[in-house]
Amino acid sequence: MSNAYTTVIGLEVHVQLATHSKLFCRCSTQFGAEPNTQTCPVCIGMPGTLPVMNRQAYQLALRTAVALNCDIPEFTKWDRKQYYYPDLPKGYQISQYDLPMSDDGFLEIADAKDRFEPKRVRIIRAHLEEDAGKSIHDEAAGKADSEIDLNRTGTPLLEIVSQPDMRSAAEARAYLEEMKLLLTYIGVSDCNMQEGSLRCDANVNLHLDHEGESIATPIVEIKNLNSFRAVERAIEYEAARQYKEWQENSEPPKARQKYLARPKQTRGWDDAAGVTRAQREKEESSDYRYFPDPDLAPVITKGDEVQAVREALPELPAALRERLGEDYGLGTYDADVLVNQGRALVDYYLAVADGSGDPKAACNWVTQDVLRVLKDQESTIDQFGVSAENLAGLVKAIDDGQLPSSRAREAFEVMLADGSAVDAAITKLGIEQVDESALEDLCRELLAANPKIVADVQDGKQQAVGALIGQAKKKNPNADPALVRQICLKLIGEGV
Amino acid sequence: MSLADLTASELLDTLGRGEASAVEAAREYLALIEQRDGDIGSYLRVDAEGALAQAAEVDRKREAGEELGPLAGLPVAVKDVLCDSAGATTCASRMLEQFHPPYDATVVAKLKAADAVLLGRLNMDEFAMGGSTENSAFQVTRNPWDRGRTPGGSSGGSAACVAAGLAPLAVGTDTGGSIRQPAGLCGVVGLKPTYGRVSRYGLVAFASSLDQVGPMARTVRDAALLLEAIAGHDPHDATSLEEPVPQYAATLDKPLEGLRLGVVKEHYGAGLDGEVESAVRAAIAQYESLGAEVREISLPHSKYAVATYYVIAPSEASSNLARYDGVHYGYRTDQTKMVAELAAERKALSDAGDEAGLAQLDTALVRMYRKTRAEGFGPEVKRRIMLGTYALSAGYYDAYYLKALKVRRLIRQDFDAAFEQVDLIASPVTAAPAFKLGEMVDDPLAMYLVDLYTVSANLAGIPGISVPCGFNTAGLPIGLQLLAPPLKEARLLRGAHMYQQATDWHQRRPAFSATPSE
Amino acid sequence: MSLTRQDVEKVALLARLQLTDDELATMTDQLAQIVDYVDQLAEVDTDGVEPMAHAVEVANVFAADEVRPSLPREAALANGPRTNGRGYLVPAVLGD
Repeated sequence: MSNAYTTVIGLEVHVQLATHSKLFCRCSTQFGAEPNTQTCPVCIGMPGTLPVMNRQAYQLALRTAVALNCDIPEFTKWDRKQYYYPDLPKGYQISQYDLPMSDDGFLEIADAKDRFEPKRVRIIRAHLEEDAGKSIHDEAAGKADSEIDLNRTGTPLLEIVSQPDMRSAAEARAYLEEMKLLLTYIGVSDCNMQEGSLRCDANVNLHLDHEGESIATPIVEIKNLNSFRAVERAIEYEAARQYKEWQENSEPPKARQKYLARPKQTRGWDDAAGVTRAQREKEESSDYRYFPDPDLAPVITKGDEVQAVREALPELPAALRERLGEDYGLGTYDADVLVNQGRALVDYYLAVADGSGDPKAACNWVTQDVLRVLKDQESTIDQFGVSAENLAGLVKAIDDGQLPSSRAREAFEVMLADGSAVDAAITKLGIEQVDESALEDLCRELLAANPKIVADVQDGKQQAVGALIGQAKKKNPNADPALVRQICLKLIGEGV
Repeated sequence: MSLADLTASELLDTLGRGEASAVEAAREYLALIEQRDGDIGSYLRVDAEGALAQAAEVDRKREAGEELGPLAGLPVAVKDVLCDSAGATTCASRMLEQFHPPYDATVVAKLKAADAVLLGRLNMDEFAMGGSTENSAFQVTRNPWDRGRTPGGSSGGSAACVAAGLAPLAVGTDTGGSIRQPAGLCGVVGLKPTYGRVSRYGLVAFASSLDQVGPMARTVRDAALLLEAIAGHDPHDATSLEEPVPQYAATLDKPLEGLRLGVVKEHYGAGLDGEVESAVRAAIAQYESLGAEVREISLPHSKYAVATYYVIAPSEASSNLARYDGVHYGYRTDQTKMVAELAAERKALSDAGDEAGLAQLDTALVRMYRKTRAEGFGPEVKRRIMLGTYALSAGYYDAYYLKALKVRRLIRQDFDAAFEQVDLIASPVTAAPAFKLGEMVDDPLAMYLVDLYTVSANLAGIPGISVPCGFNTAGLPIGLQLLAPPLKEARLLRGAHMYQQATDWHQRRPAFSATPSE
Repeated sequence: MSLTRQDVEKVALLARLQLTDDELATMTDQLAQIVDYVDQLAEVDTDGVEPMAHAVEVANVFAADEVRPSLPREAALANGPRTNGRGYLVPAVLGD
């Protein structure tokens, strides 16, 4: 169906940078501490205190901006964004306004299942700011007081703002997944959404055609998106809601004009109910009265420093996928599966592929058997029982004919259980090559003992030979089932 | 001779020679405070117990031959705007009446490390906003030379305390003249260092890009001694300068050969009191007789300095004082009363069917903020918060705040050009001697214009000093201001000391009746 | 431009100050007077002049990313006008 409208989506991502201490003081950023146990006069905003910027926070922000292909201006400064909220103890947030530390970048997204064309999502800016604390309100208690916890106050945040370049919930999700992957690859954040180290707001509106006129519906900012799934659902819900709202307001022209002139609205996603709801806002709340923070010195970053950061970047997910395709002959789907598991698994795969000289087989083992075990064990590759060297040995043993592929899984299980190399597993399982004449003798013996089967086969029921394979395996576990079948059919055909 | 008659430097020597103990000196000052401060009102709180304990500790260390700090045993009083973990820091505001900082300001920590004896906390204009100390929420401070007049402000407590002989040394802060102006009006020495020379960590901010901590004393030598102890780079203050601290006191006696002294032509217009002008001109003549070459210079943008200052300072203040919202520290309005009041308003609006009024009504949280701040701040603080909020608000930012930042650069460039031609600039500190208490409370603009000669140094970030240079016929002190290029405090002090070597204005003392007045 | 009472009311809300009617009237007069005085800045030619937000122009001031002890919770909350021993209490934060 051709859509009646296009959904236009821009995303604002807030990511907590993985520093040990806060952006402007030296309190720990560890998640999960008892309320108000990780604060000091500076992050409580006590009278007289001053901020001093964490060097590592700036470096991590810079690394991210460079990885997102942003320009890094030589001069950047910090500004105060002023509003009153109990989890913002200074009455202002130290953020960046007109001269952010980076701008004009992009992130490329693609879908392995081809639900959308690969595209480049442009990034308007990425800037470094401080996080606020938390307000805990007991809904049940109704009008009771809210409790404020300032542990999170001052944690370094990078705000990454995209252009409204996405056109579907699937694209938005792909952008977030690719962003998360990139941030994890470059080691700037753990991106844990449950712990709030990756947060997202979505700006959504519709573009549609009304009697030959291009219409853009008022932009809605959706907040309280606590998972990638929530982002997808909220966008889908919001697009449908906005379309319905448009239909209700498109006529008469006066109603339409009024509707289209409405200012940007903020709505909160209610995950349980699966709806967005309008949030109460004061008219003056958007006058943030930004001005340069007199307590902080600006930062000057020279081109050669940016170049050094660029050169020190690890291989990024996109480049890695390309290399797996070109150098290892993997298809898009397999490359995606590997890269999306994180760098450690890719390194494991690369070691298996290089060690065995069989990248395709290595990929099958890693994406099927290894990932299945990791999933069952709920563990990660660094804790995995079969070393990359041993798995490479296994692949090689199969390719060399030393290990019949029919018994490879058994060998893998042994190696997984005791950490042994493939040779030890082969010995332990008593696997040996059965020479063809010995196998032929075995088959003759079986055919002689089973005249009924021979007759059935001769009558054209070839599948009857299957029963013999089981018997052969019992007599000699190393008997290759395919070979047994092949020999038996040959002998019957020869009229034994 | 009493220990309290000695200058700080003399007292330090006396203590060093073992001719008196730190406890004796502290006792003598505490007795004088008891006797005289009822009349003056310079101290908000005197910490007799703490001071005597610190003094005893200094005496013990000296006895034991342990190493002593550079201010060992010297009584020092501190403006109540620098955080001290020993007790409250109130900024003379109801808002912070109960605030007990869990940390020491860097300057306070340095004083303690220098083995100074901290006598107590000095009165000031609330949050350092004002020029008469009348904006203190707690008490009036009187000029020791005329009890019906203001000591100036905002460091009026510091200036009055030193002038009345209630501490040999005091610490003040200066955002637009708050050290130099009261020093001038009280006949003492007050120095505002280069911005970044002294750490601001723990100084409760008024206007962060202008605030500086500085010494107040009876003589230039004493000011040099105190500056040396509190100056220096501080990793907790990103705007503090990473420059070594010169030995100000040790180089003081080296005369300034071939001093080129600038006199600003724009300074001598209408509004300058005749007696002040002649005292300042006489001081300049004194320099000439000491071998200085006097040159007329121009600071073409100086007439915009007050306007520039009264945009930038309130803008920063409106932001710095946003944190006083009754949540994490400080005063909060009576919540039960507030909630009841709000409920009554809601009911009234609801009964009247006023939907628009109901939609406009503050939430409990917003009302808590508004009442807390309305009750916790005094009128001048509110005025400046309002002014700054306005100057930064949407639609006015470019016309006011941004414009002021540009004019600020022009003012700085005027100084850069002037200091190509001269080594120091001499000027009046204020256009007139101390005014009467209450004289300007209802005319904020007139009060702001008092800062005419002092604000430029804060805008430009350069150091300035105020030294006594005479008295008017009514016996009120007159001050001379000297300004120097950034980080040239040593030159500034030598220039001021050279003048004090040749004059005796700084040796005069206000009269006190022998018995405490009540 | 002249400052109106409505301007002052709006600014008072932005600044989270509650002003009585009398205070509003006085404040409007006084602020208007000050703003009129400050308006003289408009006559200064500032074309091409860089704004000066800091009194000294230093750059790249950083601290090392090393964790130092935080305040014990009792000390952190000690100045709070209303706490429950775990956190600061404020009138209900609703709707977001």
